Amino acid sequence: MSAEHDHHSEAHGHHEQSFVQKYVFSVDHKVIGIQYTISALFFLLFGFCLMMMMRWQLAYPGEALPLIGTWFSEANMPGGVMVPEFYNQLGAMHGTIMVFMGVVPLAVGGFGNYVLPLQIGAPDMAFPKLNMASFWVFLPGGVIMLASFFVEGGAAQSGWTSYAPLANIAPAGQTWWLVGMIFLITSSLLGSINFIVTTVQLRAEGLSYFRLPFFVWAQFVTSFLLLLAFPPLEAAGILQLMDRVAGTSFFLPAGLVITGQPLEVAGGGSPLLWQHLFWFLAHPEVYVLILPAMGIVSEIVANNTRRPLWGYRTLVYSVIFLGFMSFIVWAHHMFMTGMGTAMSTFFQATTMIISIPSVIILTALALSFHGGSIRFNTPMLFALTFIPMFAIGGLTGLPLGLTAADLHLHDTYYVIGHFHYVVAPGTVFALLAGIYYWFPKVTGRKMSEGLGKIHFWLSLIGMNVVFMPMFSIGMAGVSRRLYDQTQYAYGAQVQELTIIGSYGAWLLGVAQIFFIINLIKSIRGGEKVESDNPWQATTLEWATPTPPPHGNFTEVPKVYRDPYEYSVPGAKSDFTPQFSEEG
Amino acid sequence: MDEIPYDVKPHPVTGVYNAKLGIWLFLASEVMLFGALFSSYVLLRVGADTWPHGYDLLNVQLATLNTAVLIGSSVTVVMAWASLKLNDLSKAKVWLWLTVVLAGVFLVVKAFEYGAKFEHHISPATDNFYATYFTITGLHGLHVIGGIIAFLVLLIRGDKMWQDDSEHFTNRVECCGLYWHFVDLVWIFLFPTLYLL
Repeated sequence: MSAEHDHHSEAHGHHEQSFVQKYVFSVDHKVIGIQYTISALFFLLFGFCLMMMMRWQLAYPGEALPLIGTWFSEANMPGGVMVPEFYNQLGAMHGTIMVFMGVVPLAVGGFGNYVLPLQIGAPDMAFPKLNMASFWVFLPGGVIMLASFFVEGGAAQSGWTSYAPLANIAPAGQTWWLVGMIFLITSSLLGSINFIVTTVQLRAEGLSYFRLPFFVWAQFVTSFLLLLAFPPLEAAGILQLMDRVAGTSFFLPAGLVITGQPLEVAGGGSPLLWQHLFWFLAHPEVYVLILPAMGIVSEIVANNTRRPLWGYRTLVYSVIFLGFMSFIVWAHHMFMTGMGTAMSTFFQATTMIISIPSVIILTALALSFHGGSIRFNTPMLFALTFIPMFAIGGLTGLPLGLTAADLHLHDTYYVIGHFHYVVAPGTVFALLAGIYYWFPKVTGRKMSEGLGKIHFWLSLIGMNVVFMPMFSIGMAGVSRRLYDQTQYAYGAQVQELTIIGSYGAWLLGVAQIFFIINLIKSIRGGEKVESDNPWQATTLEWATPTPPPHGNFTEVPKVYRDPYEYSVPGAKSDFTPQFSEEG
Repeated sequence: MDEIPYDVKPHPVTGVYNAKLGIWLFLASEVMLFGALFSSYVLLRVGADTWPHGYDLLNVQLATLNTAVLIGSSVTVVMAWASLKLNDLSKAKVWLWLTVVLAGVFLVVKAFEYGAKFEHHISPATDNFYATYFTITGLHGLHVIGGIIAFLVLLIRGDKMWQDDSEHFTNRVECCGLYWHFVDLVWIFLFPTLYLL
């Protein structure tokens, strides 16, 4: 590699870039991907810390938070005891940060940006400047969100769903939330246009659509969801902003009375309108969270079972169908709003239908193990675990999609348990798997397997200890937004389970320390990789030098075969890369 | 490998250059944005006990004039692009300036309409009819301003861009033109919805 590589860097020596151009306002998709990854990991950690504080309040309501309780202002935590308003802020911001500033930017902005152009053999994204703009719109959006904790009345506290009319009359933090969201939405929009154009226009010679790695397909469909589902939320955000700033009443019916005072607005608005607009985004958003994760898991499963993915085309058709269906299931979040039986029945039917392609994808992944000789390295452990964890999340969603069962389960901890199984041990595990898997390509070093395995096992135990009890707590009837469930007899009887869950959350926190140490240690001191293709993988990103230089490929890549040609009978080795001419 | 392929030349299979596909995707998202606003309008109107007729409250004559102005500007921007295709930069610049002027006229007329309402102490807070009127036309107005800025950039840096790569510059005018048609189209939906129904 080195001789060729040095020659290459010399050839490009004539446009030496300054530090700022290279690492801050970079137009290189790889740098932008890393910028997204680092900021998203930071936001994930921050959002996770908010939740760990909430877990204290849930487990020991009214008791002072030990150690750090006195660091907070008197308004939020007098004597270290959390006030309900502050609990609500933490809850709303935990959801917002995890979804819009953590998982999506990591899955799409981070992995998509770094890996997608490499996997399709492109020198960069189609619009590098737009790509840079996307990150530099995202970051201010995130900063605005965090800054809102310090405004009068604190951050947004009406839940991550910001339901009207509660959100309309909330303190100033809600306005900051809306402005922050508009930044984050704009960023996703710029990113998604870039991903689609790059995938359509810049594929290497020979890389037809049905030779694309499944990860690219997942990102491609995700981009369409971002492109078409986010604008309605932007519209909703604009309308709520008008309600709050210009005194309109899009979401405010007439005759509202707040703490004894009639609300002086024209009225005539519809709170239900907000929910429709919000969920029209937020249901596709669920698939924005899960599809890239499925893409990452597929790559790692194929690589570590040393088998082609089972039913590649079925997977592709399923992911397209999922993307399409995700636009017509949104009102299953609204069965309890009284929108009408006919509507509910329709959305119940579409919700049952959408579970089919998800099950197909999981089944195909599980069948891919058949006849494999599995390598149980850290990325594979995380990817393997994704499958049963996502399955638990998916299956527990079915009762929520049925209107009759939803009557009881709606807005309880059961819902929290359900979607956290999808996103936390599901998507987040897949993202961690991706970090362990692509780390050698990005840095030229492997992450420590020992620390990785400690991280994995502790996380797996922690996750399940937090979320499994939630199904029982929810079925006992505890509402998801309660500040202190012991105030109610039915809540007090499951308080033990909540305490156990809190210990799980703190264990999960301890587990992440091993990950952070591993990351920092491995960047400088990890085991160096011997080749550009340390996992002996077949896709194009492994054809680049390590780490890939500006422009990615030393010569124009050409694709000769399907993405996962592992263990092909009669082949020279157990893997034949897409870029290899002879099998 | 450093150059991004199909930045200027069309892709042999898809038949478009990158930016053209990009602008169409952007417009698709814009359709969803305005589509959501129009849907909200329909939902609010259907749910309301009473809803005024636009022609009783708004100035239909001025809006008709504005419709003509905006359609005219869509023609001039096509003429600008066509002139560039015929290698006539100076003519194209005249057409682009005309587009900017027409867009400016549209905004001035709109400002008069807004002003007349504010004089009578009518604001978005008055009722949901005016709330939708001000919000949607306001957002449309921001799109018009965005278009003007894009055209001004093309005009100011046009000579240099044309010299560097005439085809690239022509493509840029085409993309801005596509966006401009969309802004025009939104108005063509807005006009009957808000003023005539």
